[in-house]
Amino acid sequence: MAQPADSSNKTALIIGGYSDIGLAIAHQLGSEGYQLQLAARNSPRLERDITDLELRYQTKAQALELDVSDTGSHAAFIENLEPQPTLVISVAGLMTDQADAQADFAQAEAMVIANYSGLISLFERFAARMEQANRGCLVGVSSVAGDRGRKKNYIYGSAKAGFTTYLSGLRNRLADKNIQVLTVKPGFVNTRMTEGMDLPEKLTAEPQEVAAAISKAINKQRNIIYVKPIWQIIMLIIKHIPEFIFKKLDI
Amino acid sequence: MSDKAQITGWGRYPRVDGKQLYYRNEVELATLLEQHPTAIARGNGRAYGDSALAPVMLCSKHFNRVRAFNPDSGIITVESGLLLSDLLAAFVPQGWFVPVSPGTQFVSIGGMLASDVHGKNHHQDGSFGQHISAFTIMLADQTIKTCSPSQDPDLFHATIGGMGLTGVVLTVSFKLIKIQSSWIRQETLRCDSLDAVMDQFEQSDHWKYTVAWIDCLSSGQQLGRSVLFRGDHAALGDLDASKKPAPLHLTPKRKLNVPFTLPSGVLNRLSVKAFNELYFRRAPIQAEALIDYQSFFYPLDAINNWNRIYGPKGFVQYQCVIPKDKSRDALQQLLGAISSAGEGSFLAVLKLFGPQEGLLSFPSEGYTLALDFPAKPSVFALLDKLDEITVAHGGRLYLTKDARMSPHTFEHSQANLAEWQAIAQQADPEQRWQSQQSTRLAIRPVNKPDKESTHGPASR
Repeated sequence: MAQPADSSNKTALIIGGYSDIGLAIAHQLGSEGYQLQLAARNSPRLERDITDLELRYQTKAQALELDVSDTGSHAAFIENLEPQPTLVISVAGLMTDQADAQADFAQAEAMVIANYSGLISLFERFAARMEQANRGCLVGVSSVAGDRGRKKNYIYGSAKAGFTTYLSGLRNRLADKNIQVLTVKPGFVNTRMTEGMDLPEKLTAEPQEVAAAISKAINKQRNIIYVKPIWQIIMLIIKHIPEFIFKKLDI
Repeated sequence: MSDKAQITGWGRYPRVDGKQLYYRNEVELATLLEQHPTAIARGNGRAYGDSALAPVMLCSKHFNRVRAFNPDSGIITVESGLLLSDLLAAFVPQGWFVPVSPGTQFVSIGGMLASDVHGKNHHQDGSFGQHISAFTIMLADQTIKTCSPSQDPDLFHATIGGMGLTGVVLTVSFKLIKIQSSWIRQETLRCDSLDAVMDQFEQSDHWKYTVAWIDCLSSGQQLGRSVLFRGDHAALGDLDASKKPAPLHLTPKRKLNVPFTLPSGVLNRLSVKAFNELYFRRAPIQAEALIDYQSFFYPLDAINNWNRIYGPKGFVQYQCVIPKDKSRDALQQLLGAISSAGEGSFLAVLKLFGPQEGLLSFPSEGYTLALDFPAKPSVFALLDKLDEITVAHGGRLYLTKDARMSPHTFEHSQANLAEWQAIAQQADPEQRWQSQQSTRLAIRPVNKPDKESTHGPASR
């Protein structure tokens, strides 16, 4: 059941709550007084994090079972949320090896569902509820990989591109409804997913920086952010390389 | 999964090629132990020298949750990778503080245990280890043990201050102290000589926190001139009207940053001497003030990357403790040697410790002097001289700060070494826990025990 609009009720749902970025966001929002709902697959593994969040921030935290790819479960998942979140953030994502995904459509499709279509299923339902309540905020963590297709990760990148475009349209639809839609493009982030990769230090953010940037962008009612400003410049350049040159590049 | 790169401690000297491996739970840690025959635990990398350097470092960065807190007893249980800064950010607003804090909050709780850190309240409250009620540890064979003063007490005492050489500490339980405000009532006293500051220390027992900045370049009559800081947690009644409504609140301050490594030699005899003169003259002869806890405990934390000021070759810390009855003579000799060598230490700190008896822990009753110097040959020669003075007076050095002492100095300054080695040998018979420091100093006996021998493995 939708809660009555109450300005003192600040509840954040984090989709992808077990990821390093998801947990960093939970800590950031916990310190700001939000109640927390962490949604992930295999949610019992979040038990220690729930205790941690509750003890540190003296707030309520829940671990919720959610599979972004299991779209059939989404209606019931949202119906059962108590309270209904005023802020929904998705950091869910799936990146498998590009070569494997080229060879095996099942892997490509899994990335499309986890990074794109599964999130449409969730965000549309939240958008409808927030539209009715006339308040709320939707945050989608997309990727700079969606700004232009490259041979190294274009299946993942195209799913993120779809999500970015989806968020852009959703923002347009909800602009006059007092509902913020924020698109976040983190660039490289030091996480479990990137451990062992040789990432350039100046271009790489810590999960806590991503969380702080999102919090700031929510407060400032921003639309699209790159976590490290340098990424905006890099992607501006990459987007403007003519295709006949770009197709020959190895980046 | 690894970042293989040149890794250093906070002093940026020495550098080693090593892999930093991460774990998020006990199962992942056990898997890493299966894959690597030797390793050392690493927290936030704030040990200055080579204590947490090795070819394989097991980093606790992502093993950092608060597991339990009992507001009735004040006992908190945390995972060893939790940073002190994160603990304080969460619990100071709830009216709690750590029983012992080192001079930076960017240390892990596991690191505080392994170094058995001390704070400005050592004369009243002892070291951090004395406030630990229990911890869990994964041994080299992947078994997990719970240790407390009554359960497996040998391993308990050998692990506290044991520099990670008995295993990887998983969780630590210790007692927080109640505070009424996040403010410190501080008194500043200018002391014109070494004698003056030592007298003041001895008369300041009733203050919870005491520490002195010492001018290590002054000589003659002014040798050892200092500025003594004493403080206590401010009670509600100590606060003025502007602070009373939110006594536990802390306004975040803008941080300074050293954006790049300064050229070597920016800190030289002249610049340090000028700074010291100014710092001493600016200090009031005696004054009281209310300051926030971060400025009081962690003044250098306000400058990100301050370790870059010593240039690309890095710096070394020197911290020794001298038994109280020999402190005056030893300090005079130490300061005399530093002053006449002309190697200025930018940060020089003096503190009087209370009684403590540990196995490998650093603190013991007497004066401790902490200094830092750029890493260069003339400094290493000076530090060898300081070692001689320290050892001759029955003192010892702080492993957490060390990058260069000799095995001889180490062996001759650790009274309880054989006892510690025997316990470590039992916990880790294959000597799988090794840091660059532990091999450099032969903290574990150099020769692995000969199975045919009838002699005890750790006897000396």
